[in-house]
Amino acid sequence: MALDSKIPEGPLKDKWTNHKNNINLVNPANKRNIDVIVVGTGLAGGSAAATLAELGYNVKAFCFQDSPRRAHSIAAQGGINAAKNYQGDGDSTYRLFYDTVKGGDYRSREANVYRLAEVSANIIDQCVAQGVPFARDYGGLLDNRSFGGVLVSRTFYAKGQTGQQLLLGAYSAMNRQIGRGKIKMYNRHEMLDVVIVDGKARGIITRNLVNGEIERHSAHAVVLGTGGYGNVFFLSTNAMGSNVTAGWKAHKKGAYFANPCYTQIHPTCIPVSGDHQSKLTLMSESLRNDGRIWVPKHQKDVEAIRNKTLKPTQLSEEDRDYYLERRYPAFGNLVPRDVASRAAKERCDAGFGVNATGEAVYLDFASAIERYGKEQAHIKGLNENDDAVVKSLGKEVVKAKYGNLFQMYEKIVDENPYETPMMIYPAVHYTMGGVWVDYNLQTTVPGLFCIGEANFSDHGANRLGASALMQGLADGYFVLPYTIGDYLSDDIRTGPISTDSPEFEEAEKSVKETINHFITNNGSKPVDYFHKKLGKIMWNKCGMSRNEKELKEAISEIAELRAEFYKEVKVPGGADEFNEELAKAGRVADFLELGELFAKDALQREESAGGHFREEHQTAEGEAKRRKEFQYASAWEYKGEPKDAVLHKEELVYENIKVKERSYK
Amino acid sequence: MNLTLKIWRQKNAKDKGQMVTYPITGIEGDMSFLEMLDILNNQLITNGDDPVAFDHDCREGICGMCSLYINGEAHGPDRLVTTCQLHMRKFKDGDTIYIEPFRAKAFPVIKDLVVDRSSFDRIQHSGGFISVNTSGNTQDANSIPISKTAADEAMDAATCIGCGACVASCKNSSAMLFVSAKVSQYALLPQGQVEATDRVLNMVKQMDEEGFGNCTNTGACEVECPKGISLENIARMNREYLSASLKG
Repeated sequence: MALDSKIPEGPLKDKWTNHKNNINLVNPANKRNIDVIVVGTGLAGGSAAATLAELGYNVKAFCFQDSPRRAHSIAAQGGINAAKNYQGDGDSTYRLFYDTVKGGDYRSREANVYRLAEVSANIIDQCVAQGVPFARDYGGLLDNRSFGGVLVSRTFYAKGQTGQQLLLGAYSAMNRQIGRGKIKMYNRHEMLDVVIVDGKARGIITRNLVNGEIERHSAHAVVLGTGGYGNVFFLSTNAMGSNVTAGWKAHKKGAYFANPCYTQIHPTCIPVSGDHQSKLTLMSESLRNDGRIWVPKHQKDVEAIRNKTLKPTQLSEEDRDYYLERRYPAFGNLVPRDVASRAAKERCDAGFGVNATGEAVYLDFASAIERYGKEQAHIKGLNENDDAVVKSLGKEVVKAKYGNLFQMYEKIVDENPYETPMMIYPAVHYTMGGVWVDYNLQTTVPGLFCIGEANFSDHGANRLGASALMQGLADGYFVLPYTIGDYLSDDIRTGPISTDSPEFEEAEKSVKETINHFITNNGSKPVDYFHKKLGKIMWNKCGMSRNEKELKEAISEIAELRAEFYKEVKVPGGADEFNEELAKAGRVADFLELGELFAKDALQREESAGGHFREEHQTAEGEAKRRKEFQYASAWEYKGEPKDAVLHKEELVYENIKVKERSYK
Repeated sequence: MNLTLKIWRQKNAKDKGQMVTYPITGIEGDMSFLEMLDILNNQLITNGDDPVAFDHDCREGICGMCSLYINGEAHGPDRLVTTCQLHMRKFKDGDTIYIEPFRAKAFPVIKDLVVDRSSFDRIQHSGGFISVNTSGNTQDANSIPISKTAADEAMDAATCIGCGACVASCKNSSAMLFVSAKVSQYALLPQGQVEATDRVLNMVKQMDEEGFGNCTNTGACEVECPKGISLENIARMNREYLSASLKG
C-alpha cells in the first residue's frame, strides 16, 4: 500500500481552515447512533474522549490505571507552548511552526506542525476556561517562561506541575461527560488487541485487570492515545506501566509503525544510583532557564570530587567548564534536548563525569540565587552586598519557581540543591516515533486513529520542550474531533457493531492463547529479568549514539532474548485474577518485538538527525549531520517477524521553510 | 540493611486476609520503598510464591496511584512524600516494618495492598468540573485577570493527587480534605462561580453516599497529605456548603 498523507491543497496557513470547511460532518441526531472507543486517558485520549462525548458520540474510554487521572501526562513538569505572543517578544504562529520544524531537525510533516502551531493558542483559552490554574503575574495576567531551542518566552506553566494541571482539566471535562452518561469509563482495563472487520477497525479486546476477564468491545472507530514506548529501555522517566502494547497490536493488525528509532534522551534527569533502580526521575527542562551546566575543567579536580576530598562549591569559576555556554554561545544552557544530552555524554565519555559512576554533570543554581537575591535586595532596599541577605532572598525566588523540583531531588538524592549543585544525566524520556498517521490522524487501518505521543507526526527527530502537552491537547481537543467526523459520516446507517462475529472470536482466542502460554509456561525467571536485559541492550547499542556494528549486534541479541523469554519466563498466579506479573509479561513481549524494529530502523537511517545520532555521520566538531536522501519518515509494515518488516517512505516536502543546517551556535 | 516485613496479604475482596512475615536482606538506603518491594517480589516469584500486589505507576510522587499504610502512617514516616518517593534511608538495620493497605469502608480491598478508590472518581463525576465545551471559541485567556494570590491558592488546592491518604489517616475515614481541595480550586477562581452552588451540594451528597465518614477536625489528613493540602480548604468548603444550603 502506498502511503497517502492526505495533506490538503492550498497555502500552508489556509490548509486546516479549508480542510475543516470541506470535510463531511455527522449531524447531531446521527452522532447518538455512533460509538467511539478511546484507549488511554492522558492529555490526548482524555481530551479526545471528553470532546467526542460533548459532540454527541457514545464514547467508551479505557485506561489500565485505577483512574483516568493517573495517566502519565500527569508527570509532565515544565509547561506548554502556545503562540500567544503575550510577552510581545516577536512570537507568532509561523515562528512556533518554524521552531518546531527546526527543533525536529527537519524530519516532521510541515502541514501537521503548522496546524499544531495554529491551534496552540486555543488550548490555553480552553484550559483557562476549564479552571486550570496557570501561573500569573502580579497584574493577574498569565506568566510565561522560556524553554530550550527557542528565542521567545511562550511557555505557559503551573508551577512544576503543568502536566498534572492540564490532565486534571481534561479529566474534569471527562468527568462531566461520565456524569452525563456520554462516556462509559473502563478503569483497570488493558487493551490487548484491535479487531478488524471488513478492513475497518471495529473494536478491541481488553483484559479486566481486577478479575482477569477477557472482554469484547465494539465501536464504529477506535482511537489510540496510549503514549510512548520509552520503557523499551527499562529505565526511563515513563511510568512503570507505560507500554507499547496498544500501538504494537495495531501495528500487527496493519498499522504502519513510523520512525521507531527517534527517541528523546532528556538531558536533565537524576543519575542512576544502582542496579535496584526501577525508573528514572526527570528534573524539568525549565531548570535550564536558571541553572548552569558544568563539569570541572581539569581531571585532577574530577578525581578529587569523586573521592569527596573536594566539594563542587569549592571549585573556582576558572576551573569550571560551562561546556554548553562554551560550545553554543547563542543558546547556551537552552540548546535543544538532543544537543544538551549529547554534550553531557561527550564530557562524561571524556572522563569528566562528577559522580562515582562517571555519568553525571552539575546543574548549578548559585548564579541564579545571587542574581535574584540582588534584584530582591534592591527592590526591598536592603544591602545588595550582604552575601547572607542576598542568598536568602535569592533562595526564596528559586523556591517559588522550582520548589517542588528541588524537594523531589532532595528526597531522592539526599542532598540539598540550594546549597550544592544538582547532579544530572540524560535519560530516556519521550519517543517521537509511533504509529504512522495521515493528516487526519488516521492510521493505515481505516477507522483506527492514533493521537498524542503514540503517533509519530509532529516532532520529527527531536521534540522541543513544552511541545508534548501542546500536541496531546491539540490532537484530542481540536484536531481529531473534526477529522474523525469525516470518516464516521459513512457510518450513520451502519447501526451497532456486533461483537458476535468471527473476527472478534478470532481476536479473543489469540489473546487467550498468549495469556495461557505465560500462565502455563514453566520457566525460571521473572519478567523483570528479561525487561532489564532488553533495556541494557537498548541503552548500550541504541542509545544516545549509534553505529552500524552495534545496531546489528542489538538486532540479533534482541531476537535471541525474545526466544529465551518465551521459553524461560515465569509468571505466577492465574489468568482470572489480579495478576500484575501477567500484565507485565504481555507488555514486555511487545517491547521485545518493538526493540528489534527500533534497531532495524536506526540501522537503515544512515544519517544523524535529532535524537538519532549515527557515529558514522557527524561533522568535524561532532555535531549531527543530516543527509538529504533521508528526508523521509520511515513507516514499517508488519510481515510476521520484526526482521521481515517492510519499509515505506513518506517523503517530507518543505515548501514554507528552508531546510538548513541546524545551528544553535 | 536487614529488615523484617509484616505485610497484609488478602487474596481477593472476599478473603479475610492476614499479616504475613517476610525477612529481607541487603537493602540499601538509596533504594526507594517500592524498589525494596520489587526485590521482595522477584524473590517470591523465583521461589514459586505469589508476589505482593500493590498499586504504583509514575514512581515520582505525582500520579497518586501508590498508597500503603506503613508503620501506621499513610505513605510512611517521611513528610510531604508519597510511598514511591520514600527512601529506605528513613529506616535502620533490624527494623520491623508493618505494611497495610489504605483502610476505609469506601476503599474496599481488591488484593493484598491494592484498594478500589473509584468512589473518588464518582465524587468528581458529580461536580468536579466547570461546564465548558471544547470549541476553540472561548474568550482569550487573558480577558479574565485573576489575582496572583487567588491563582496561587487555587493551584495549591489543585495540587491534590487523589491518593486517598487523607481518608486512610482519618479515624472517621472522611474524604473532606479531598473533596474540599476540588471545591476550593473552583471556588477561588471566577470561572468556578457560576456552578458553585450545585457543585458543592452535589459533591458533598455523593461523598456521603459513598460511605465516607464525617469530619471532626482532628487534622490528621493535613499532616499525612503528601502534597500538603491545607485544612483551610475544609473551612472554605464548609462556608461554601452553608451558603449553598441557604440558597437552596
